[in-house]
Amino acid sequence: MTLLFDGAEWDFAKLDATYRACEEIACGELGLTPYPSQIEVITSEQMLDAYSSVGLPLMYRHWSFGKRFARDELLYRAGMQSLAYEIVINSNPCIAYLMEENTMAMQALVIAHACFGHNHFFRSNHLFRQWTDAEGIFDYLAFARRFVAECEERHGLAAVERILDAAHALQGQGVHRYLRRKWRLADEEERARARQRYEEESHNPLWSTVPGSDRPATSARAVNQAKATLNLPEENLLYLCEKHAPGLRGWQRELVRIVRVVAQYFYPQQQTKLANEGCATAVHYAIMTRLHDRGQIGDGAYLEFLASHTAVTRQPTLADANFQGWNPYALGFAIMRDIERICTEPDAEDALWFPAFAGNNDPWGTLREAWAEYRDESLVRQFLGPKVMRAFRMVNLNDQANEPAYEVTEIHDDSGYRRIRSLLADHYDPARAAPLIEATDVDLAGDRSLKLTYLSRHKQRLHDASARQTLAHLQALWGYKVTLQEIDADTDRVLGELSAEA
Amino acid sequence: MMIVDRRPNPQGKSLPNRQRFLVRVKAQVRRAVADSIDRRRISDVGADEEVKVRVAGTSEPAFRGAGGADGDYVLPGTGTLNRGDRIPKPQGGGGGRGREAADSGGGEDSFEFTLTREEFLDCFFEELELPRLTRTELGEAMLSKPRRAGFSIAGQPTALDVRRTMRNSLARRVALRRPDREDLEAAEREVIEAVAAGDDARLAAARNALDLMLRRIARIPFIDPIDVRYHRHERVRLPASDAVMFCLMDVSGSMTEHMKGLAKRFFMLLHLFLERKYDRVHVVFIRHTERAQEVDEETFFRSRETGGTVVSSALAEMLRVQAERFPPGAFNIYVAQASDGDNMHADASAVVALMARILPLVRYFAYVETGQGEEERFGAAPGQETSLWSTYRAIAEGGARQLAMRRMAELRDVWGVFAELFRKDPVGVVP
Repeated sequence: MTLLFDGAEWDFAKLDATYRACEEIACGELGLTPYPSQIEVITSEQMLDAYSSVGLPLMYRHWSFGKRFARDELLYRAGMQSLAYEIVINSNPCIAYLMEENTMAMQALVIAHACFGHNHFFRSNHLFRQWTDAEGIFDYLAFARRFVAECEERHGLAAVERILDAAHALQGQGVHRYLRRKWRLADEEERARARQRYEEESHNPLWSTVPGSDRPATSARAVNQAKATLNLPEENLLYLCEKHAPGLRGWQRELVRIVRVVAQYFYPQQQTKLANEGCATAVHYAIMTRLHDRGQIGDGAYLEFLASHTAVTRQPTLADANFQGWNPYALGFAIMRDIERICTEPDAEDALWFPAFAGNNDPWGTLREAWAEYRDESLVRQFLGPKVMRAFRMVNLNDQANEPAYEVTEIHDDSGYRRIRSLLADHYDPARAAPLIEATDVDLAGDRSLKLTYLSRHKQRLHDASARQTLAHLQALWGYKVTLQEIDADTDRVLGELSAEA
Repeated sequence: MMIVDRRPNPQGKSLPNRQRFLVRVKAQVRRAVADSIDRRRISDVGADEEVKVRVAGTSEPAFRGAGGADGDYVLPGTGTLNRGDRIPKPQGGGGGRGREAADSGGGEDSFEFTLTREEFLDCFFEELELPRLTRTELGEAMLSKPRRAGFSIAGQPTALDVRRTMRNSLARRVALRRPDREDLEAAEREVIEAVAAGDDARLAAARNALDLMLRRIARIPFIDPIDVRYHRHERVRLPASDAVMFCLMDVSGSMTEHMKGLAKRFFMLLHLFLERKYDRVHVVFIRHTERAQEVDEETFFRSRETGGTVVSSALAEMLRVQAERFPPGAFNIYVAQASDGDNMHADASAVVALMARILPLVRYFAYVETGQGEEERFGAAPGQETSLWSTYRAIAEGGARQLAMRRMAELRDVWGVFAELFRKDPVGVVP
């Protein structure tokens, strides 16, 4: 076949031809089912823009995005940080940003990586299917931006900022971890309007138990009934504030909800970083290699791709000065390649470890299933094989707070494989990413104070200063006193208590 | 698939976010700006370069672990590790690996960022103004600015108000019962159905109805010239304030390099300030030794000259220029003078006489006396008044409200003195 491009310069015709060639391989040979793509060519400044608003165009306005922009810009200008080659957005059509500075070989890599790898993952992975609404995200963001701007106009920048600051602080505690119902962003705007109407017409009966009123003392039963509607314990603090905070006005609840919706939209991404990057890297590697085999890209472009690919999938060891934890590209790619190998060229070990698919000769079908049905934690638990563990020479370090040194407790040998796999999978457990904090009690009949409980595991305490500040933010939303108890999960002993009052 | 070229999109999409951020860190930015004026060479202040500001305290808190917890970490090893090996924790890291993981979410909250020159100067001169600026009543000093003033039926195409035009069009079409597309399609369907049914009477009626509709549509235009509305703009005349600033600088031999540096820095600030905040301020530069001379900006700031000191020569020159070009009825007149305070004794009475003529003319007369730097000060008794200072003090105590006096000895004083002299509420006389 003829070359798609020659040399470093790109133009729109070459992008188009390359996209089509990639599509042929991705959808035809690999069986991927991505959303239609929209490729947007942007400048480095626009890339910085996109960075600062967590990758979402049309994000509402907030100073923290300005701060991020200022910091990233400085790092970038000082040459301390390079920009990503691409940003891809989980939307339908799937939007992929390409930097104008990239060479044509890089553009091809980015198209293969983002428009087919990530895009397929977004569309097929069960977490994204359940939790995100690719059809509605842009309309929703446009609504959110408009709504925030209207609130700023009507209530002033400072008042809006106060709510957004508080809600941002609680983002980590602002997601539902278990599915309640399918999220349809298209309904959100209508719902916001309905809320405003309702607000204007009614009041919240939950808080009609005004202390000191001369109505007969609220019976214990009434209080219990009211409390039941709060559905405690509640780990989604933003949801609790949005629905039940006594003092918030309608527009303030809506602002809290906007932050909550955005946090929820990103929740699957945090849980699938390894799987998502592994998928995209495996897909771009397969597509680029096929393009080269078919004679559609030249040796020079292929070498440029390999250089970039190798840099991206480099994993420093723990002894390396540059070691910063696991590189999701490296580990993800290694796991995907291993699955491919097990499907096509299994050895005795693989037959023992992965009897379900070893030698089934359907590598892409197996991979597609892995991408659709697993998140990082379960992917590692299910698909991390001894070969990969050996390749990375995985070891487990045990860290005891009062010891001066880490102890190596497991290494990559027959007696260590399973334990290492299980411990690494635990590491990707989303429950470990954010501290478990739940609202456990609200004093409905009394001073309306809100009580939170933090379950401390492995003696992990909360960072005191930031916990105090965050609590103050929560207090601002709730409107009344908020206390936080740190409780040891094993012994039920109270470790400490913080509180914030108006 | 679609390829969109976003590069021509408007730049600076995050500008509103940046402005919100700057408001947030305003206090720190202003402190940094005040610091930077001491550290930087004066020529840098106005130059087209950026200013770095370190800000802290813009943290975005969140609940997170404090680190130091017990835990297991599966990591890529070196191939030489074995069970039971011990790896010392990094010193001072406290929790080590666990901490790193926990901290990565929080991010450091102190970082340096860059202000553009515009933003820098905005911060710099915020809340400063020329005191007692009043409007001068003169016909020619009027500014004219366009302002929205309702709608008109004629105008440029660019001023077309589409919304209003379409509203009028819709109202007219409804009132005149112009058939819309659905009506027309229904009528066409009716004709087709009548043909199909072979009902002649029905066909005739349907044809008639369709005909009528088509004629109506042809008669009643979708948009009629009477629908069209344009935005109307009116030029409003605003009274303007004209002002002139006389900058008088002593460049005589008694001024040390240090003092000249101070004075120049002061006037540089003043010049920047006026240039930035006032469109219509004339600046007159006068420097003097025993003779005074009006000079251009370049000479004022750059050239070197030495000689004796006769302050009255500068004042006389200022009066001459003023009388020639700036009648007090048409201009707010300001004077800023910098000197080391040395003046010939014989000149004192001339100064008093000239000041008596000048002060009634001016809104504000700022006198800055440059002292010696700490390293230059040997025997000179601190607090001892210079001859010019005592002359001016006597005038100020005699009830001249326009006269403000400040001393500065170190580079770090310049900004403070400047900000004090040009606060929104004018300062009193002697500190």
